[in-house]
Amino acid sequence: MIVHRHSVFWTLALALLAGLLVGLVPDLIAAAEPEALVQPTRADYPSIAGLSSRTVVWSLAQMHLFLAAFVLAVPLFVLCIELAGVLTRETRYDDMAHEFMKISMAAYSFTALAGGGLTIALFLLYPNLMNFMMRVFQGQTLIYAALFGLESVCLYIYFYSWNALRHGNRKWFHMSIGVMLNMVGLGLLFIANAWTTFMMSPAGVDPSGAITGTVWDATHNPLWNPLNLHRFLANIAYGGAIVGAYAAYRFLSARTAAERAHYDWMGYTSNIIAVVGFLPLPFAGYWLMAEIYSYSQQMGITAMGGILAWLFIIQAVLIGTILLAANYYLWCGLGRTERGAHYAPYVKYIAVVLVGGFLVWVTPHTIILTPQEIQTMGGTSHKFLGPLGIMPAKNIAVNLMLVFTFLSFQMFYRSSRTPTVSWAKAGNAAIVALYIVGCLNIVAAGIYGYITPTVYKVGASVPQVATTLSIIVFTAIIDGFMLRGARKTEINWGRMPARSQYALFVLPVAFTWLMALMGYIRSSLRTNWHVYTIMKDASPEAYIPTIGEAGNMITLVTLSFMALIVFIFWLSQLGATKQQMPEAGTTVEEAAP
Amino acid sequence: MTLLKVMAFSLAILLSYTLFANILPQVQSDPPAEEEPIVPDDMDVAGMISWGETLFSGKGTCTLCHTNMGRAPDMLALDLGAEFAERLADPRYTGKAKGLEGAEAVQSYVEESMVDPSAYVVAGFGKKGTGDTVSPMPAVNAAPIQLSDIEMNALTAFLQSRAGVDVTVPLPTAAEDGASAADTGEEEGPAETAVAAFGKFGCSVCHDLDGSGAEVGPKLGGIGARIGRDGVREAILDPNATIAKGFEPDIMPGDLGEQMRASELELVLDYLMVLPENGARE
Repeated sequence: MIVHRHSVFWTLALALLAGLLVGLVPDLIAAAEPEALVQPTRADYPSIAGLSSRTVVWSLAQMHLFLAAFVLAVPLFVLCIELAGVLTRETRYDDMAHEFMKISMAAYSFTALAGGGLTIALFLLYPNLMNFMMRVFQGQTLIYAALFGLESVCLYIYFYSWNALRHGNRKWFHMSIGVMLNMVGLGLLFIANAWTTFMMSPAGVDPSGAITGTVWDATHNPLWNPLNLHRFLANIAYGGAIVGAYAAYRFLSARTAAERAHYDWMGYTSNIIAVVGFLPLPFAGYWLMAEIYSYSQQMGITAMGGILAWLFIIQAVLIGTILLAANYYLWCGLGRTERGAHYAPYVKYIAVVLVGGFLVWVTPHTIILTPQEIQTMGGTSHKFLGPLGIMPAKNIAVNLMLVFTFLSFQMFYRSSRTPTVSWAKAGNAAIVALYIVGCLNIVAAGIYGYITPTVYKVGASVPQVATTLSIIVFTAIIDGFMLRGARKTEINWGRMPARSQYALFVLPVAFTWLMALMGYIRSSLRTNWHVYTIMKDASPEAYIPTIGEAGNMITLVTLSFMALIVFIFWLSQLGATKQQMPEAGTTVEEAAP
Repeated sequence: MTLLKVMAFSLAILLSYTLFANILPQVQSDPPAEEEPIVPDDMDVAGMISWGETLFSGKGTCTLCHTNMGRAPDMLALDLGAEFAERLADPRYTGKAKGLEGAEAVQSYVEESMVDPSAYVVAGFGKKGTGDTVSPMPAVNAAPIQLSDIEMNALTAFLQSRAGVDVTVPLPTAAEDGASAADTGEEEGPAETAVAAFGKFGCSVCHDLDGSGAEVGPKLGGIGARIGRDGVREAILDPNATIAKGFEPDIMPGDLGEQMRASELELVLDYLMVLPENGARE
């Protein structure tokens, strides 16, 4: 019976996708008639009720992005946790995965609401731009709409069939629905990214704006794949951070030890998800920026050495906050085991590296200065601190911060396991050697990057990234073999100070602000173009706002999103609340739980 | 209570980020002016070279890459005469300047490089993985730089001058000037108030005037009391004659004397003489 249901589901889903593709394939492979673009004029931008069109679109787009990042990320790691439950045969994984899904369910309708609002606002306030985008992407917009529908179907089946398809073969069927859900989700993400990156690095159009290529040409533009990877990783980190805040809140308001233990474990898992998503993110960022430079040096320089340069200092502050908070949480976690005390003395050294790296990262270099400031400093950059402001020093800092963040995690992981293999001593020595040699290599490559010409500096960061990843991968492999059959020490879930949970609130707040900041930078790179070098922005707001103006806007949107998330969490708790049957002689209020 | 604590904590973090964003230098980047520059009727070769130099570091955005940072050849440091000769003699060069000599070869080579940068890529400066066959430089006559033909001529004149050869580009003709002027509408009349004159010449972009907060040039509030009417007149007409402490020479345009009407200069002087230190005028 289950096999029959399985095949019906997949047949229907695949038939739907195939139908869409067949129906729209001419649009995907055939170019539209080449026709030069008519540039918009000031009169082409309607003014509605005196509202700032850019503010309306900016806030709606940002809100849609926050929600979409959250709802697309949760099923990705939920599926992994579900698989972990199957492999370990521990039901607690399955329960936690189900709870994660429950938290995110209410967010779907808000995502659609924000997306619908954004679409209406764009067509209303920027009609010429949307007309051009529709001509470029043609039937792909319908595929997007269809995928959105399919996403909803998969999501509801995945969530509501959780308990019905919990064991045996049914579990695999359930997970296959999860795979389908994630594939559709990624499809949505990639299509939306194509529209965004087309506006930055247009392809399939000639300089006059005439459409000369296919929808695929426009989709597969130079920045599409770098942004796909960057957003995929960032979404996972972001989703982990949001559910971590939920777990932290439930931990703080827990009334029983069992409840506290459950939410402590949930918070720990969320933090790990956020860190795992976050660790490779700077490397994806490098790739994206390298492709931006490759596409247009001018655009790259606008970002890193021009008016937007200060924003990367704010970015450094935000990422520094995230790493410090994630590490602090892991260090507090050492108190959960008796063996944790063995690793505690090393925490202060990790803290020194993290704070040192953070300070290097926030050191500015190429910034806009007044003559007075130039004179006071004795040049456009500081005599001694100046070298810390350029990329080689920052590359050393960020790579060491990532390596030591992984070390914090590794210490916690080992704090509940004592290796029993005969080669444990040699294994430990190999791990220590990997860390020492790796860190020396990161520093040496950074120094080489400093003394080599600018064009090779980016190249010098490649061995640093490779070293960081090697340390993480090889020490994890050695640990994996060495801790097989290890003597396990009990982890006292719930034995965490309340202050540790506040680190889990720092993560989503900093991540949300950071995402909005990076969105502001990415959009600003287009300067006064809707579609870079193709379609000019002739609206009254075709300027890059000041950092302060952008910061205020980002905070307002972040606050709105946080309010919405609190409401969504409340809804998920409300759904689990059951009123008791009033006994005879009591009022309804007295019987309430 | 827990919810309130968590919200207060989160809000405090948010506000600290907002505060940080607000205490950093605040710069708004406006889109470039659409209008073509009006070229003076009597622009001579020296004027073309000077204009080309301005374009090199200004609208042309050449100095974003052509510096000592290694992104592109440092045109301001190289011996361009020898450099151009070497490039034209390179067997890889098969462009339009092939077979030409002297100033004409430089003109042809520079013009070609500006509109078709990949026609010849200097070894080591090509896009990664292209074997120096594709240049990362954008065509300067296309978006987003969009230099006009006259502007490219001015840039060529500047580079010919740097290469030590004669300037052979055509000087702007009256017809071109007329076309430029026609594009931008009629010539702007004289400002009728001091405030209008400040707006016309963009003084508050660099000087703190009536709270504009700009710090590139000295604050204008109280300047009359500090250096007197003659001092202000000299600062406008010959800005490099005396540089205020803490400021750099060559920042303020030196041609305001040619651009301003006498009536506008007097209006500005009258205004600044009575402008109090705090910059606010009744």
